Amino acid sequence: MPAWGMAVDGSEPMPADLFAGIGPTWAWGGADGSGVRVCVLDSGIDADHPLVGPVDQAWQVVSEDGRPPRVRECAPSDAAGHGTACAGIIREVAPKVSLSSVRVLGDGKSGTAAALLAGLAHAVDEGFDVINMSLSTARPEFRSRLAELCDRAYFRRCLLVVAAHNLPIESFPWSFASVVSVASHAEPDPMRFYYNATPPVEFCARGVRVPVASPGGGTMRNTGNSFAAPHIAGIAALVLSKHPWLTPFQLKSVLYHCAANVSPQSDQGGILVTRTPERDH
Amino acid sequence: MSHELLSGTTEQHLLQSVVAVARHVYAAAASSIFMVSPDTGDLVFAAVAGAGEQSLVGRRFPAGTGIAGWVTMSCQTLIVDNVAETDHFARDAATSTGYLPSSIMAAPLIAGNTCIGVLEVLDRHATEPDRELDDLELLDLLATQAAVSLSLVRHRERRVETHEWGGLLARLSDLAVAQTPDPLAVELLSVCLHLLQRTTAEHSLAR
Repeated sequence: MPAWGMAVDGSEPMPADLFAGIGPTWAWGGADGSGVRVCVLDSGIDADHPLVGPVDQAWQVVSEDGRPPRVRECAPSDAAGHGTACAGIIREVAPKVSLSSVRVLGDGKSGTAAALLAGLAHAVDEGFDVINMSLSTARPEFRSRLAELCDRAYFRRCLLVVAAHNLPIESFPWSFASVVSVASHAEPDPMRFYYNATPPVEFCARGVRVPVASPGGGTMRNTGNSFAAPHIAGIAALVLSKHPWLTPFQLKSVLYHCAANVSPQSDQGGILVTRTPERDH
Repeated sequence: MSHELLSGTTEQHLLQSVVAVARHVYAAAASSIFMVSPDTGDLVFAAVAGAGEQSLVGRRFPAGTGIAGWVTMSCQTLIVDNVAETDHFARDAATSTGYLPSSIMAAPLIAGNTCIGVLEVLDRHATEPDRELDDLELLDLLATQAAVSLSLVRHRERRVETHEWGGLLARLSDLAVAQTPDPLAVELLSVCLHLLQRTTAEHSLAR
């Protein structure tokens, strides 16, 4: 028997019938994100923006020529605005969540894959429950290390929510099985999302004309997968605030059962191919 | 086709063609391309079609500036509406093109596994509502085609450059053999020639 083989005794059977009752009400009804730590891996977060609220911790990746990138604490700010837009969406969906920031973009040169790796490793080691990554890299030399980090997060109960890429090129980490990959749908409901039965994109969330926090205190309307991923990150935080025992595998399954196009009554593996009203809210 | 389009380098022709097509297919007020400086990460305003300032072509902006900076950093395609209501981006857009748009759509140009530039479309004419995702998909396709074309142009220019260096070295080598008794100089030139031939062969295989 291989080292990872299941023991023949002492294990309780999984309560598979539990899934029939899983829907949005069970998953996040009454939840507000309390007690869940979410990290936005991006361009930083403007903590002074009224739609974003407090930022508990903030770091930045510092890159110097000839030296490996270092992570150090910094003031919660965002000169570019991309991270603030994502953070505002998470705050809207899960108002009481603890938000933190690791700035991996906008450090002099444009965000490098090395900075991304250093920032992600730091966020995983810090033990965040959810990490939002509305970014990707196409550098194949970093694929292996990124995959290792995503696996480490997966086994440490850290859910990585990553914006999918629409370009017909190979890029990472959204295409890894260990993360939750998100593309956009065009409906205005921030809590409505769909399961995609043909991965690597697994879920579609609101990503069109999304009102987001903009640098300086205002709002703007943005479209793109960058703004769909934080919706799922926020919803995942809600679920975890109510059911903190969920592993990333279980949490992804809960999201699947809560998707607007999934029904236990369907005879197509639980996936209704046409969009249907939500079952229980 | 304007007379202006027929001047300049092949790469500049290509960039100008890309923004002209992008502007046309979206019936947009303008389209522009920023190229990423490989040394500094600065954004270099490389081409514009429609509203905007041709004189600003060549101007550099710090890495991470505005919508183009977002796209370069995150490698994600996006649309930002009501730009004019947002001081930060309005300022960026105004200074980059000389035109103040209300909507910007932008996609990364990815070649050689890295973002080499950003294609932007300013104030596309929305003929039908709820077409944002279709518009983004088309922009991704245009950006991909532009990036592939740019790669090919640069690859070809490198090959021409290599060929020219090879010719110069061959002549120097002949001269060295005929007039220079120094065997070390002759050997050095022959090593250079060998390296150039190998580079040329690798480029041929890579095609």
